[in-house]
Amino acid sequence: MPARAISDGLFELHDDGTIALVGGYSPTSGRYHFPRLDACPFTGAEDVETVTLSSDGTLWAWTAVTAAPPGYVGPVPFGFGVVELTEEKLRVITRLTESDPAALEYGQAMRLVADTLPGDGGEVVTWAFEPAR
Amino acid sequence: MSTRVEISGIGIHPFGRFDGVTNTDMGVHAVRAALTEAGNPRFDAAFCGTAYGGVASGHKVLGALARTGMPIVDVEAGCASGGAALQLAAGAIRAGQYDCVLVFGVEKMPKGIIRSSFFEPWREEAGLAATPAYFALRAQRLLREAGLTKEHLADVVVKNRRNGVHNPNAMFRKQVTAEAVLASRLVCEPLHLWMLCSPNEGAAAIVLRRADNGAGGITLASARLRSHLPGSVLGEATPLSGIDDTDITPPSTLAATDAYEEAGIGPDDLDVVECQDTDAARELLAYQELGLCAPGEQAKLLASGDTEIGGARPVNPSGGLLSKGEPLGASALGQVIELVHQLRGEAGPRQVENARVGLAHTVGRGANACCVVVTR
Repeated sequence: MPARAISDGLFELHDDGTIALVGGYSPTSGRYHFPRLDACPFTGAEDVETVTLSSDGTLWAWTAVTAAPPGYVGPVPFGFGVVELTEEKLRVITRLTESDPAALEYGQAMRLVADTLPGDGGEVVTWAFEPAR
Repeated sequence: MSTRVEISGIGIHPFGRFDGVTNTDMGVHAVRAALTEAGNPRFDAAFCGTAYGGVASGHKVLGALARTGMPIVDVEAGCASGGAALQLAAGAIRAGQYDCVLVFGVEKMPKGIIRSSFFEPWREEAGLAATPAYFALRAQRLLREAGLTKEHLADVVVKNRRNGVHNPNAMFRKQVTAEAVLASRLVCEPLHLWMLCSPNEGAAAIVLRRADNGAGGITLASARLRSHLPGSVLGEATPLSGIDDTDITPPSTLAATDAYEEAGIGPDDLDVVECQDTDAARELLAYQELGLCAPGEQAKLLASGDTEIGGARPVNPSGGLLSKGEPLGASALGQVIELVHQLRGEAGPRQVENARVGLAHTVGRGANACCVVVTR
């Protein structure tokens, strides 16, 4: 059985193994957001279009989670941080493939990857960012 | 001239871990003490702060005291629940609705990392419901932007734990060294275990009454709650839809500005401050958010000794949440009770000399923030 997506509507999984985050864009407010909501979280505008977000960004903040938080059954430690998408200038809370904070630096290039985790009743797929070089 | 609201009684159940003691038990203890100190007045309404207490927590406490019949409303605003209850009570008195209101808070926090219904199930499954990690991201950002180091974080812990030694209601009453703080277990870089406050249990109660005539006593000059502006979310660890908080005023500053205005004071008028030190960096961020120093001047302020007891404007003489632990519904009221002790001059070894104006500050999930000004 193929792994299930951790939640519907967060991302697209492609046959070649790549992944793309699905966000929202409001032409009225000129703002992107993620995950997609029915109204723009910055202005409340309801003209939200579903958009595929870019998969390149830079590292804005990071740490590592050393003990399993509530509801999480995956491995620890794992990387955790904020990546700013280059094109949309949108900051996304994300898992990071690098779990050693000392191996990362502010502003470094990051790219989106699919990430598989153990979950209740089998594996689940979510997203993460990894260093681009 | 608006109605003067007086704090006419305070009561507290120590903050800590108390197996076999219920929220109701702790609430009864705190409420009874506050009512007794206030001369056992009839009160017109009761507001109870709690986040994890469950249905009718406040009602159960007052039921156990056979003091029901008036409106009893539970108030939830995350870590700022007690402050929110205080704002509602003070506002009702100022509006002329009530003459005397009982405000209290009760909490028995689950052990371990706080599990919050705030997060969707998929965020939990992905490991993204890691509260200390959000604190760590905020801390890292502050260190970078304000030119601070982990040693500064340790200094905050040392200061607060030194004060907590003298607080009989605190959970941790042992002095620590900076070396030991930095050697404690790394939870989420840059935050080590002793730089994080411990969620725990406790209760606190305050009796407010209208005091139109005359001075004397302790005045609740202001209690103001604000929520975050759209886009400003990393301020309290709960980003949802992307983060974009450059140039967006954080809720703590919004609440402080409102509170200063209502009380007719500014940060320079403060003699003593109790602020939200859920983690050591949170206290340093509060310094700039509350106007205690300019952005980026935290290291200078900390090194000056001004925030120590005996300094120009002590911060967290109670020992802060780092010493007391944090029972969400009661923690804001615990801060105000500390300020009342300070303003009455009954704080013993942790007394701030001649304290006349105090500020209590809490930040909660949502995000929100509450600032309370008390004067004598």
